[in-house]
Amino acid sequence: MKDKDLFARRLSPFVSIFFGFLIGFLLLLILGYNPLAGFAFLFEGGIIGMPAGDLRQFGNVLLSMTPLVLTGLSIAFAFKTGLFNIGVAGQMLFGGFLAVAVGNRMDLPRALHLPLLLLASMAGGALWAAVPGILKATFRINEVVTGIMMNYIALWGVRWFSGRFIPGSDVMTSAPIRETATLRALWLTNLFTRSNVNYGLFAAFAACLLVWFILEKTTFGYELKAVGFNQHAADYAGMKATRSILYSMLIAGALAGLAGATHYAGFSDRLTGLGWLPSQGFDGIAVALLGLNSPLGVLLAAFFLGYMNIGGAYMQIMARIPAELVSIIVSTIIYFAALSQLIEGWLKKWSNKNKRDGGAL
Amino acid sequence: MWQAFQLRLAKNKKYSGNHENSNPVQASFKGLHWIFCLNEKPGNSGFMDPASFSYSQPQFFAIRRIPLLSFGQYKNIVFLKGAGNAMAYEIEMLNITKVFPGIKANDNITLQVKRGEIHALLGENGAGKSTLMSVLFGLFTPEEGKIKVRGKEVNISSPNVATELGIGMVHQHFKLVHNFTVAENIVLGLEPKLVGGRIDLKKASERVSAISKKYSLEVDPGAKIEDISVGMQQRVEILKMLYRNAEIMIFDEPTAVLTPQEIKELMGIMKQLAAEGKSIVVITHKLKEIKEAATRCTVIRKGKGIGTVDVATTSEQELADLMVGRSVSFKVEKKQANPGKTVLEMLNVTVVGHQGKNLLKDLSLSLRGGEILGIAGIEGNGQSQLIEAITGLQSIKSGSIKFDGKEISGLSVRKRTEMGIGHIPEDRHKHGLVLEFSVEDNLILQTYYRGPFSRSGILDRLAIRKQSEELMERFDVRSGQGSVSITRGLSGGNQQKAIIAREIARSPKLLIAAQPTRGLDVGAIEFIHRELIKERDKGRAVLLVSLELEEVLNVSDRIAVLYEGEVVGVVDALKTNETELGLMMSGAKNGGGTHEG
Repeated sequence: MKDKDLFARRLSPFVSIFFGFLIGFLLLLILGYNPLAGFAFLFEGGIIGMPAGDLRQFGNVLLSMTPLVLTGLSIAFAFKTGLFNIGVAGQMLFGGFLAVAVGNRMDLPRALHLPLLLLASMAGGALWAAVPGILKATFRINEVVTGIMMNYIALWGVRWFSGRFIPGSDVMTSAPIRETATLRALWLTNLFTRSNVNYGLFAAFAACLLVWFILEKTTFGYELKAVGFNQHAADYAGMKATRSILYSMLIAGALAGLAGATHYAGFSDRLTGLGWLPSQGFDGIAVALLGLNSPLGVLLAAFFLGYMNIGGAYMQIMARIPAELVSIIVSTIIYFAALSQLIEGWLKKWSNKNKRDGGAL
Repeated sequence: MWQAFQLRLAKNKKYSGNHENSNPVQASFKGLHWIFCLNEKPGNSGFMDPASFSYSQPQFFAIRRIPLLSFGQYKNIVFLKGAGNAMAYEIEMLNITKVFPGIKANDNITLQVKRGEIHALLGENGAGKSTLMSVLFGLFTPEEGKIKVRGKEVNISSPNVATELGIGMVHQHFKLVHNFTVAENIVLGLEPKLVGGRIDLKKASERVSAISKKYSLEVDPGAKIEDISVGMQQRVEILKMLYRNAEIMIFDEPTAVLTPQEIKELMGIMKQLAAEGKSIVVITHKLKEIKEAATRCTVIRKGKGIGTVDVATTSEQELADLMVGRSVSFKVEKKQANPGKTVLEMLNVTVVGHQGKNLLKDLSLSLRGGEILGIAGIEGNGQSQLIEAITGLQSIKSGSIKFDGKEISGLSVRKRTEMGIGHIPEDRHKHGLVLEFSVEDNLILQTYYRGPFSRSGILDRLAIRKQSEELMERFDVRSGQGSVSITRGLSGGNQQKAIIAREIARSPKLLIAAQPTRGLDVGAIEFIHRELIKERDKGRAVLLVSLELEEVLNVSDRIAVLYEGEVVGVVDALKTNETELGLMMSGAKNGGGTHEG
């Protein structure tokens, strides 16, 4: 039973994605667009130009997935400890704010400036996650409520602080960071034909590896998982559950903050869209679900989402499908991805039934 | 009876002759089985070949003539009822085989339950009893074999189908909504409704009262589940089945969670239900209870059906040997204790609960190495607080706890564990195990951060695997995939053995065993008792907390009786008996035995 359940679990994200495509396909058909052409553009969008040596579109996919890997990882990591870190958006924004502040206000050589910017982003995210973390660990206050509230505090707090300390051309943007602090690198930009692919991608890969290592190989990860699965047993075994909860939130926050750095100091070079919460914070939930909370899964799921973003934009231009509709289709696919647990249940039932029918012969 | 019926039919000219009949229809109604046979024309014979029934000798009940106006004819309906017959099997599970990866949980098992009998299903932990019953209740689909209910082959694909067939189950862990009332829980899913879809609570509680009166199962329909005792909760589960018109009732280890008084009551209830014509299957490994209540008993060993025996003519010893497959000793064999120096010294310990009530009052106890101190008492008299105070899960208000001569009352759980306190917790699912972890990961729950299982924060998987394989072998922990099996999938007995393996492997100076054999079979109990005594003989101190008087009496050297958070007396296990302990447990100070200062 166990092997088959594992199989159903691994298969479920793919079946979910298939259903998502199916609904998107039907939607296009009903609304009078040519779904085949539309989907061809959707798939082509991420790799177009590649044979001719133009890696710009593929670079943009990598660019788009970078913060998603980190936000997805942040949520997946917290999940493992039994926490739902819904405050990723706020942590990402605040981490990004500190990063941009360091990048703009400080004048340092590149070898110092960039690492300092990254550290600042992680510290910012961790700080923002510490508040729900401490409240959860010491007073058992639900981290979902406090996380959502921290999102709003970050949203308006960052807008105000940004306007005061690093004002940009309008209230929606901040001043740019200095050249010495950027995550972008000329060789990467050249390699991917003017795409803004940046060091953030490597940071995301490294984070995946690190999280996997912590969870699977260290006593610290063992403790975190024990607390996440059964806090009573952790207490009985003499583990400090409150400390584990706090550490888990801090690490999740740092990952989210790092996502902020890759977004605001790599994808762009300043804070943008102030007045909105970064959508990656919430897309991260879908990434974690689709990736079954495992680091490798998160990586694949983020790639998929990034591909959909870029392919969707291409589909919009080439097939003249309105942007709204493209968003709906991409969201439908992600929506089904989030239903992967439901589909996992169906798969299990289906495979059990198959076995029974087979057994009766 | 059958012959008499035939004779009677033969005498009645109208029913003689040998003509075609419609197929007999069998049905269950008013707790009896009815077989209806419709005659096409007057003059046709009204009975069938007895062999066509699963109840070979149905009793004649009545013949009714129903005029069929459209044809100007009569139709005869013959009512036969098949109750109380020797061959009347209510359920037949024939040659059931259920396979999980790595394990054949049920291997060609046959179980036949008669109407109105209490049928015990006996087997060791992990023998496949629960799997077999889960098959009957529609939770698992068997690979081979068929199930017949009242003679008809059925396909029980889900618990809903089972419920429709009149099969009800009381699970070991009750399925009740804790903040709902008794009545709400019983009608849940089949609620009487008012106009507009609101639940008719008055009607619900009336119906519940009616059923509880009919079977004299008293409950307070308005009480909340969280406020009533475990025994009462079980009663609610039974009423839930009755409310759903269950004819076949499965009890999964029903006495595991009950006090001796509640067990007695449950036995009475089951006998009464059987007398009402219900068929009862009890999953158990408690031989005493089988002897007391059951009529027949089917034994399963390691997934295989061993056979069905008549309880009245089979002794407890024979049942135990059948179950385990070898000769089992009930006596706990041990030498005279040889106590060494004091390991645990508790002085005037007071523990205050959430409501400000004193859960332990001025409690003093001492325990020496090389002896087993039993703690007897009725559940909820401070046993849990006593254990938690020693292990550090609960802080004490006043008093002192000395372990090995050092004050430990201010130390953390981990410090105390490191000093040498081992703890087999009362609730293995809540405290003892992380069920989602593999067995090997559970075996390092307190030692993961130390060598050889980790070095500078990095786990050493090889060392973890090695210990796990050794312990599983030594303590006979059985699982489908060895060390990497997910703990949730192990049977209760094997889970408990894993905990005991882990605690004993740490060789603690003080081993606290809280209800160590709760819910286990005689083979496992024998094993665990032997391990506890082995620890004692190695010079370690063992604190045995148990609600089972027999266990406390048999295993301990000295016995302390707890009543409302106080020690009412400490007696020598050899110089006391159940009666004296029973008196002390109900609060009578020093029941007259040897009282130690």
